[in-house]
Amino acid sequence: MSRYSIFSLARNALSGHRNWPRQWRSPEPRREYDVVIVGAGGHGLATAYYLAKEHRIQSVAVLEKGWLGGGNTGRNTTIIRSNYLQDESAAIYEHALKLWEGLSAELNYNVMYSPRGVMMLAHSVHDNQVLKRHIYANRLNGIDNEWLSPEEAKRFCPPLNIGRNIRYPVTGAALQRRGGTARHDAVAWGYARGADGMGVDIIENCEVTGLRRGADGAVTGCDTTRGFIGAKKVAVVAAGHTSVVMAMAGVRMPIESYPLQALVSEPVKPVFPCVVMSNSVHAYISQSDKGELVIGAGTDAYVSYSQNGGLHVAEHTLDAICELFPEFRRMRMLRNWGGIVDVTPDRSPIIGLTPVAGLYVNCGWGTGGFKATPGSGHVFAATVARGEPHPIAAPFTLDRFRTGRLIDEAAAAAVAH
Amino acid sequence: MTPFRTPAGGRIDRGKPIRFTFDGMAYTGQAGDTLASALLANGVHLVGRSFKYHRPRGIVAAGAEEPNALVTVDRGGGREVPNLRATQVEIYEGLTAISQNRWPSLKRDLGAVNDLLSPLFPAGFYYKTFKWPRSFWAKVYEPAIRRSAGLGRAPKAPDPDRYAQLYAHCDVLVIGGGPTGIAAALAAAEAGARVILCDEQPEFGGSLLHDPGATIDGKAATEWIAESLAALGRRDAVVLPRTTGFGYFAHNFVGLAERITDHLAAPGARQPRERLWQVRAKEVVLAAGAIERPLAFPQNDRPGIMLAEAARTYLNRYGVRPGTRAVVITDGDSAYRAALDLAAAGIAIAAIADTRAAPPGPLVDAARAAGIVVHPATTIIGTEGRRRVHSARLAPVGGGPEDHVSCDLILMSGGWTPAVHLFSQSRGKLRYDEALGAFVPGTSAQRERSAGGCRGTYELDACIGEGHAAGREAAAAARRSPAVSATVSGDAPAAPLPGGERSSQPGDAERGRDVAGEGALPRRKIPKRAFVDFQNDVTVKDLALALREGFRSIEHVKRYTTTGMATDQGKTSNMTALEFVATSLGKAVPAVGTTTFRQPYTPVTFGVIAGAARGDLFEPVRRTPIHSWAAENGAVFEDVGLWKRAWYFPKAGEDMHEAVARECRAVREGAGIFDASTLGKIEVVGPDAAEFMNRLYTNAWTKLEPGRCRYGLMLTEAGFIMDDGVVGRLAPDRFHVTTTTGGAPRVLHHMEDYLQTEFPDLKVWLTSTTEQWAVIAVQGPKARDVIVSLVDGIDIARDAMPHMSVRLGKVAGVPARLFRVSFTGELGFEINVPARHGRAVWEAVHAAGQAHGIAPYGTETMHVLRAEKGYIIVGQESDGTVIPADLGLDGMIGKTKPDFVGKRSLARPDMQLADRKQLVGLLATDPKVTLEEGAQVVEDPNAPVPMRMLGHVTSSYASAALGRSIALALVSGGRARKGMKLFVPALDGTAQEATVTDPVFYDPEGKRLDG
Repeated sequence: MSRYSIFSLARNALSGHRNWPRQWRSPEPRREYDVVIVGAGGHGLATAYYLAKEHRIQSVAVLEKGWLGGGNTGRNTTIIRSNYLQDESAAIYEHALKLWEGLSAELNYNVMYSPRGVMMLAHSVHDNQVLKRHIYANRLNGIDNEWLSPEEAKRFCPPLNIGRNIRYPVTGAALQRRGGTARHDAVAWGYARGADGMGVDIIENCEVTGLRRGADGAVTGCDTTRGFIGAKKVAVVAAGHTSVVMAMAGVRMPIESYPLQALVSEPVKPVFPCVVMSNSVHAYISQSDKGELVIGAGTDAYVSYSQNGGLHVAEHTLDAICELFPEFRRMRMLRNWGGIVDVTPDRSPIIGLTPVAGLYVNCGWGTGGFKATPGSGHVFAATVARGEPHPIAAPFTLDRFRTGRLIDEAAAAAVAH
Repeated sequence: MTPFRTPAGGRIDRGKPIRFTFDGMAYTGQAGDTLASALLANGVHLVGRSFKYHRPRGIVAAGAEEPNALVTVDRGGGREVPNLRATQVEIYEGLTAISQNRWPSLKRDLGAVNDLLSPLFPAGFYYKTFKWPRSFWAKVYEPAIRRSAGLGRAPKAPDPDRYAQLYAHCDVLVIGGGPTGIAAALAAAEAGARVILCDEQPEFGGSLLHDPGATIDGKAATEWIAESLAALGRRDAVVLPRTTGFGYFAHNFVGLAERITDHLAAPGARQPRERLWQVRAKEVVLAAGAIERPLAFPQNDRPGIMLAEAARTYLNRYGVRPGTRAVVITDGDSAYRAALDLAAAGIAIAAIADTRAAPPGPLVDAARAAGIVVHPATTIIGTEGRRRVHSARLAPVGGGPEDHVSCDLILMSGGWTPAVHLFSQSRGKLRYDEALGAFVPGTSAQRERSAGGCRGTYELDACIGEGHAAGREAAAAARRSPAVSATVSGDAPAAPLPGGERSSQPGDAERGRDVAGEGALPRRKIPKRAFVDFQNDVTVKDLALALREGFRSIEHVKRYTTTGMATDQGKTSNMTALEFVATSLGKAVPAVGTTTFRQPYTPVTFGVIAGAARGDLFEPVRRTPIHSWAAENGAVFEDVGLWKRAWYFPKAGEDMHEAVARECRAVREGAGIFDASTLGKIEVVGPDAAEFMNRLYTNAWTKLEPGRCRYGLMLTEAGFIMDDGVVGRLAPDRFHVTTTTGGAPRVLHHMEDYLQTEFPDLKVWLTSTTEQWAVIAVQGPKARDVIVSLVDGIDIARDAMPHMSVRLGKVAGVPARLFRVSFTGELGFEINVPARHGRAVWEAVHAAGQAHGIAPYGTETMHVLRAEKGYIIVGQESDGTVIPADLGLDGMIGKTKPDFVGKRSLARPDMQLADRKQLVGLLATDPKVTLEEGAQVVEDPNAPVPMRMLGHVTSSYASAALGRSIALALVSGGRARKGMKLFVPALDGTAQEATVTDPVFYDPEGKRLDG
């Protein structure tokens, strides 16, 4: 694998860029692998990368129904943060954030992690209480998060409307300065290139149609549109269709799937310096390096596998954007799309072993999986390699829905009284 | 008239000059001009700079597909819009347009240095560099990239304009008002259908507007258009110009964006700027036409190089000569028509280079007959001219001697791409037509049909025929039941052709087009700087690099090179890129696939999607019947869900703390009056009402006597506390259920969900009565004395109406449900009266209370009083992870009930653990310190981070009654820690010491309730 740098770029410029090698191969599948990963999204590719790099398991195939990085990895709004309330969540997202900080160097691929700051807005007494609770918990977990007055929030994000005359005036904000964004495609491509370079086979246009189990019940491999591929271990990382794939092994997952929408504006010169999220009024916005305002919308109210949501969902989000940033009302929506998110009962992921021997699953990241990509792949690789949960992954068992040890992030935002 | 105008003809009004400016220079156009046509009429060809290399760019197209000519239009006062296509901006008197992405000026742009450095900036270069040192990305490289990226500038002031929204239903929605769409709308309307016809342009007619010789049914096209529109008007069809069908959603729901004032010099004060039409159509006819493809030849991006049909449009529709001497490069027939029209207008056609070996057909013959030199098997290998093209280099396909031809205009035509965007958005499946070299509609997923150019039919008579047939069929289908399955538009039977004289654009012989793949590309080596995506500066070389680096999927190529991702969303570039990728990989085009088309077809303002939702209309404001009294009496309000609730009632000179302390004392010592109208109220009625309550709440309801109340606790399926509230039984089959303020809709939804899906056999009816009742709480030792004179027909004596009972009667002369309940720990009543009497009864109670020192109090005092008593607030003491036992509410669980929602979950092992977080009181060692809500509780504040946390402070107040601060907290194993000292770290590194206590601080025996 040739190293990427300003020097290699200059050297290749001299030869008209005709000598760049492929970033990854398109190999034919072998008959058998030690580990087959189902799903070449960011999480699956990161899993393959760390299996090869840290656990020296190079007989790995990543099977992808379409094109790598084409699911939620390539559809999300790329927000990265670790200011989660529950200790278990804080641990895994902070693990990921630390990996993000060194990821471009690790992969020799610029994933454009940009700690521009993630600011979460409060609009009521209750919001203030909830966000402050997060800050207190984060600080004792060693995670940066600080409270800003409305005026301080405005200084950090000048387009923000902190007028008292809006429907839900801003009453304060929690800011995680290390939070930010990254380039989603580059994450998938960087892990793919890295994994491929260590011998991992990434096999696109290869849909898994069945999971085979032996007489002892253990998994033996996958039936695919390109034939049977044997495996000692199968790791399912198929966000959006986890339930479908796991059902092939007879495992019923506690998951519901919804279309989640996002949209971008036309590109403009830099106008928005950070990421702003408001859970109360449903606004999530940042500006990409290209200049587009990147806006996250909500999920449809009903379950569906359609990668397209209703106009009213995008409308609700743009209502909020225009309320908080009234100067953006004349900006124009360039593109609006959807992805399928797998949601668990406590909205936290499931990472680990399954009732089927040799079958592992990493899923249920809901609307927030992108930020976890490096951490998720890292702890899942360790889990698959060792056959037991990595300590950070351990709380995120499938079993917790039986024991009741749920990890509910959204619960803390419950509004009542 | 400027020298570049033709002497006559076109759709412009030559009698109405319009003055406008571009980059500060004053120009004059004519009414009916677009900014693009007006600039060309003034000889302005350099109009923009490209995104990456800042190359000089001119006008390529004449419509929505324009990639280059992006401008900012500034009307002042916040009315500034970047990135508008000059081809779609209608000029008006005083229009101020500004070019973008250049500094200091369009002609001298320092950013053009990027063009010289372009060998360093191939596709995806930024993934390979800018990685070191780590901190430089966010601090140095990224800000520099961001500054050079982006196009125009975002508006800086809030938008003063209004936007309207409208919902509409129709039998047949026709999108596209060219010949096909007009024919379809007419046929549908004549068949009796309710029709909506829209077109993105100001004038209907589409391609007919620049085809002056066209005739339909023996009439001149313009006459046919006028008659057809008049006929549509007579049949009450809704005809919408300047209206873009931008999004096709599920169940034939289509979004249309109508632009109302942007073309006006002085919009009316009451006019909305735009209007969003959300149309539910029984049937949709797509007649969106086709888009001409550029050719990817070297240096194909200079100003003066444009699509052949665009040049024809400028000439015929706008009366503009886009040049004086033109070279035409084409691989199909339609460009010949442009060449003939230009030649007829006196523009010299230096040559037509046709990549086909032996171009056939009458148009080619006509060109030759007109004396135009046609070079078969010839391509273009380069152009010259920096700010305007001045020559073309022609050479035989496959190599050979060059021919240098001077010119100031190059017309290119790489064939046509049907505008299948909306069809694809509707989830219809595209089919690749080998003969056309284009994707056309295949299998439909919804009730629509495509006709004309957008399904690859280009000949005028055939378009009219298809339009008629589609309109007729759509009208018939709309009359049938909605269950009729989707039709297959690709297989629609060919329509009989009505009489017609001559065919229109694009070309009869498009099916004879060279679709070998690269069009005019020289075959042996990849050309330099042949642009595929003009706006994003993606060249053929970039595509080749992506393929070399292993990007195989068209989606990967698109994302790596950014081709097709500019503001035109690839309208002119996608097919060129696709054909190049397919040819390079040796695959058929359909095997490479196409990228997904997404809404919107062209960009749509945030404003029109948000509509009127701003300020108080962003989300409805809910106010209680007593709100006006509270406002008149100085209340400060807080937002709780959609409600405005009175937070506290400060008297002159009081701050919140003082006001709350006074209000608390009033309740504890005399009486307080509180507006509890926001509490959710649900009437649960029916013979199975008690059984339903048994299943939805943890408590047992069967034995609750009518006239009595019970505190009800509702769990989620997972066993966690979801809501609570007092429930009164009014009759054996009738419960008056109250919920939390924020939880009301959620609880009703939860109840309906279970009733309809799990317990459909139960005879129960649920009615939300939240807004039917005003609720006036009178609390305090004097509460009975306050209301006794107002109550009629109810004995409210201590023993006649005990705590937790409900009676029907009259209060202040109004029918009332009177509850004896307390959320303060004092003697209390809650008076429910019909909402319209709320304020009057409130005033009556308030007046009657004057003798007893009654004080109105708000939510803050309510919070303090209930916290003194250790009463929980769902959402504050509980957060969705809390079970009844955690709050000491095990007593609320009906032990003998066979089942209730959440029961099984409570049996899970984790729910039995001793270290669960339990509700306790916390008393700071320093009584003057009020702990911060949300702060964490730890054993050792000096332990290393990450520190083990035991729980958090859920509520914390200064208590007037106790003369000190109090707090409630959820603490791991809390009940076993009573008497222990724990710590509450602050953010500044200090920590408060506090003692764990029982959560009931005031009147633990509950004697005051019996007052």
